[in-house]
Amino acid sequence: MSTQAEPAGAPPPAEAERTGRHRAPLSAGARQERRLGWLLCAPAVIVMLAVTAYPIGYAVYLSLQRYDLRFPAQAEFVGLSNYGAVLTSEFWWDAFWVTLFITVVSVAIELVLGMGLALVMHRTIFWRGTVRTSVLVPYGIVTVVAAFSWQYAWTPDLGYLAELLPSGDAPLTEMWSALWLIILAEVWKTTPFMALLLLAGLALVPEETLKAAMVDGATPWQRFTKVMVPLMKPAILVALLFRTLDAFRIFDNIYVLTGGAQNTGSVSILGYDNLFTALNLGIGSAISVLIFICVGIIAFTFVKLFGAAAPGAEVK
Amino acid sequence: MAEIILEGVTKRFPDGALAVQNVDLDIADGEFVILVGPSGCGKSTTLNMIAGLEDITEGTLRIGDRVVNELSPKDRDVAMVFQSYALYPHMSVRENMGFPLRLAKVDKATVNAKVEEAARVLDLTAHLDRKPANLSGGQRQRVAMGRAIVRDPKAFLMDEPLSNLDAKLRVQMRTQISRIQRRLGTTTVYVTHDQTEAMTLGDRVVVMRQGLVQQIGTPADLYDHPRNLFVAGFIGSPAMNFLNATLENGVLRSPLGDLPLDDRTRQALERQNAPRELILGLRPEAFEDAALARGRERGRPVFTATVEVLESLGSDVYVYFSAEGGPVTTAELEELATDSGLRDTGAEAGQQIVARLDAATRAREGEPVELQVDMGKAHVFDPATGANLTHPASVG
Amino acid sequence: MAAVGKTHATRWGVLNVVVVLYALFPVWWIAALSFKDPSTLTDGDYIPREWTWENYRGIFDTSEFTRALVNSIGIALISTVIAVALGTMAAYAVARLRFPGKKVLIGMSLLIAMFPPISLVSPLFNIERIIGIFDTWIGLIIPYMTFSLPLAIYTLSAFFREIPWDLEKAAKVDGATPAQAFRMVIVPLAAPGVFTTAILVFIFCWNDFLFAISLTSTEAARTVPAAIAFFTGSSQFQQPTGSIAAAAVVITIPIILFVLFFQRRIVAGLTSGAVKG
Repeated sequence: MSTQAEPAGAPPPAEAERTGRHRAPLSAGARQERRLGWLLCAPAVIVMLAVTAYPIGYAVYLSLQRYDLRFPAQAEFVGLSNYGAVLTSEFWWDAFWVTLFITVVSVAIELVLGMGLALVMHRTIFWRGTVRTSVLVPYGIVTVVAAFSWQYAWTPDLGYLAELLPSGDAPLTEMWSALWLIILAEVWKTTPFMALLLLAGLALVPEETLKAAMVDGATPWQRFTKVMVPLMKPAILVALLFRTLDAFRIFDNIYVLTGGAQNTGSVSILGYDNLFTALNLGIGSAISVLIFICVGIIAFTFVKLFGAAAPGAEVK
Repeated sequence: MAEIILEGVTKRFPDGALAVQNVDLDIADGEFVILVGPSGCGKSTTLNMIAGLEDITEGTLRIGDRVVNELSPKDRDVAMVFQSYALYPHMSVRENMGFPLRLAKVDKATVNAKVEEAARVLDLTAHLDRKPANLSGGQRQRVAMGRAIVRDPKAFLMDEPLSNLDAKLRVQMRTQISRIQRRLGTTTVYVTHDQTEAMTLGDRVVVMRQGLVQQIGTPADLYDHPRNLFVAGFIGSPAMNFLNATLENGVLRSPLGDLPLDDRTRQALERQNAPRELILGLRPEAFEDAALARGRERGRPVFTATVEVLESLGSDVYVYFSAEGGPVTTAELEELATDSGLRDTGAEAGQQIVARLDAATRAREGEPVELQVDMGKAHVFDPATGANLTHPASVG
Repeated sequence: MAAVGKTHATRWGVLNVVVVLYALFPVWWIAALSFKDPSTLTDGDYIPREWTWENYRGIFDTSEFTRALVNSIGIALISTVIAVALGTMAAYAVARLRFPGKKVLIGMSLLIAMFPPISLVSPLFNIERIIGIFDTWIGLIIPYMTFSLPLAIYTLSAFFREIPWDLEKAAKVDGATPAQAFRMVIVPLAAPGVFTTAILVFIFCWNDFLFAISLTSTEAARTVPAAIAFFTGSSQFQQPTGSIAAAAVVITIPIILFVLFFQRRIVAGLTSGAVKG
C-alpha cells in the first residue's frame, strides 16, 4: 500500500508479516516496519529503564556511601564497607537462611498442591466454573488482607485455628511455628497462581496422547509421570522460576504476621527495617543490591540448568 | 463487471526472490478463470496483486478500462473470498455480509434488501442473526460468498475458498459457486491447488509453476494438449503415467515393449529433431483390456502385465501394475510428487502404472492381463526441456 | 456422562468441595469477623452471633480509611491505564512487527518481572524525596506501572498473536481504509484482551504493599493495604481487629467482583501470557 499514507495509529500494511521473512534488512518496507516497532516500544522501554535501571545504579552508588538519614551531613564515600558490615552481620545471614527456607519449602509444597489443584480444575466433571472462580480468590485477594485473616485465625482468644491448639499457645510468637504459619499463608495465597500456570501446561497435553497411553496399558500414575509431566516440563519450569523468585521477595505476609520478630524476618524485611526503622540508607541500599544479586543468581541458575526450557528462550 | 488484464505482471520481493514472473493474462468480462499450481507457484501472490493486497513490482494491471496498479484495495471494487473465510467474529452474519455496503455508505434499507436477497440465494436466511462461531464450516463458507456477492463488484477473487471443507461439501459448493457465477456473470479469478476444481469450474485454467505461467487454456485443451511434462502430470486424475523410452526407427522402445508411433507423431518428432531418449506419457484411459478390443482396435500394440491392485468404481476399473525399468525422474515430476504427497506414502515412486479399463474386464488381482495401448493418445516429451513433442503447435 | 459411576461423581464432588473450602475459608473468616460485635469478636465463631455494621460505620467515619480508599482506587486506575496503553503499543509491535531489539525488549520485561521491589525501595525513596514526589500519587503510580508493564506486555502479546490478522486484509478488500479496518475490525477483536489485561494489572496494583508503605508517609497517598497495617499500631490495648477486618473486606470486594464476572478471561489471560510468553 505504498500509495497511501498510513494514518497515525493505524496498523501497518497487512502483508507486512507474511512477506516479512522475504525482506532484506535494508528494504524500505523493512525500515519502515523497524522504525514503527521501535517507536511503539520506546515508551515502555524508557519507563522500564528509567524506573529500574537508573535506580538500581543509584542504589549501588548509595550503598558505597555512609548515609544515615538522621545525620545526612555526614554522608561520605566508604567503599565496600557497608557490604562488609552486612555480610559479617548475623542479621543478614539469619534473614538470608530464613528467606531461603521459606522459599524452598513453600515452592515445593506449592508445586505438589498446585499440580493437584490444576488437575482438579482441568479434569473435574462438574462445577468447573465454580472451582476456577473460587481458586482465583486467593490469587486476587490483597496479600495483606489474607495475612490479617491468618493472623487473627492464629491469635489466641480470637481465632478459630488457635482454639484448636492447647490453650495459651501463641504460635506466631515462636520462631519455628511462626515460620510454618508464614509458609502456610504464602502457600495458600500463591498456590492458585502456580496451579494456573500448570493448568496452561496441562492444556498442552493432547487428550489423544493420554488415551494412547491408556490403551498401551499405562496406569494413571504412569500416565501422569511418563506422559503428562514430560510434556508439561516447560510450564513447570516457568512456574517454578516465577514462584521461586517471587517467594524470595516475600515481605507482606511476614510484615503482617510477625513483623519479622523472633528471627522470622526475610531479607526484604531486613532491608525495609534498615531503611525505615534504622534510617540507614547506605546499609539499606547495600542490602537492596545484595538481594538483587541473589535474585540474579537464582534466575541465572534456572536458565543455565534448564536452558532451552526457560521462558527467555521460549519467547520467539 | 469488467475485464481484467495483466501485462507482464511481476512480483519481486525485496530480497530478490521472484514470486511471479511476467504474467500476461486477458480475462474477459464475465469469464471464470482458475489459477492453479502447487504451493509456492505464485498463484496466491498473483491474486493478491489483483486485489491490491500486494504491490506489483513490474507490469500493468487493468480492471475495466483503468490501470489499477496504484489503487488501494478499497478503490478497486473487487470482492475476495479467503481460504479462512476471514469472517468478522464480532459481527453477526447479517453484519458480516452488509459490512462492505456499510463502508460504501449505502443506505440501510438497501443494505438490508441486498443482504436478505443474498441470504436467500445462499440459503442463509435462518442464520442471519447468528455469529460466525455458531455456524458450520459450510455455512461460514456461504457467508463469505455472501459478503462477496452483495456488493455486485467488478470481479470476484477467490483464494482456495473450498479447501477447508470436507470432500462431499466441497463438491456441493463447487456446483453452487459455478451456478452463482453463471447467473451473476461476474468476472471471477479463482485460486486452487486442486486440479479437479480447476477442471470442473473454469472457463479457462492458468497452470503456474515457480512463478511462471506454464499454460493457459480451456480444461479440455490442457487435458488433451498439455504443453509440457508439468502440465501433463498436474492435470488429470489419476495422473498420467510416465515411462522412459528410446526412439528407434519410428518405434518407441519402452518398458511396456516396442510401441510403434503413428504417422502424425513420428513426423512431429522428426520435424523437431527429437532426441533418442524420450519420456512417454500415457493417460490411464490410453490402455484397454485387449480381450475387449473391437474392430480397428485389434491392431494396437499389446503387452502383458500382472495386476497388483484392482479398484472397481462400477463404471470403470482401475488396474495397477509395475513396469520394468527405472523410474522417470525430472525436476517437474519431482515437484509434482512432492506436492501431491506421493513422497509421504512410502510407495516406490516411478514405475507404478495405472490403467483405466472398461467394467467388463476380466482382470483379477494377482493374475496377468493382456493390455493394449492406444498410441493415438500417447504424449512424447523431451526429458531435457519437458516440452511436449507430440503437440508442439497445438497450443498457443 | 451417564456412564460416569456414582463413586466417580462423589469423588469429584468431594474434591471440588475441598478446593472451594480451601480457597474461600480464610476470606469467609475475615468477613465473619468484620460483622461481629466487639463483644463477640473473640468468640472464634465462623458465623457472627449478632450481625452488625458497626465496624464498617467505624471505618467510613474516619478519613484514614476513606482517603486511603480514594488513593487506592485512583492510583490503581491511573497506573492501569498507563501500563495498558504503553503495554498495548509494545505488545502490538512484539506480536506483529519484525524489528531488531525485540528479544532485548522481551528479555528486559522478563528481568523486571523478576526484579525484587525491595531493591528499588531505597533508591526510589531517596530519588522521590529529592524531586519532591515522595508521598504523592505520582510517586506510587511510577513504580506500579513499571512493575506491571511486563505483565501487560506478556499478556497482551499473547492475545494479539491470536487475532486473525487476515481480517484486516478482508476489510481492506471490502472497501475499508486502513483506519476503518483498524477501528471496525481490529479494535473490537483486541478489546477483550486489553480489558482482561487491564483487570490483571489493576489487581497487581491494588495488591501492592511494599511500595505503599515505603513511598508514603501520610494520608496523602497511602493506599488501603498500607493504611490497614497502620490501624494496628494505634493503640496497645484496644486492638482494631474489627476495623481491619471491615477494611479488608471492603478492598476485597472489587477482587471478588472481577473474579465472579471475568473468571474465564482472567484464567485465559494468566495462562496464555505465562506459558506462550
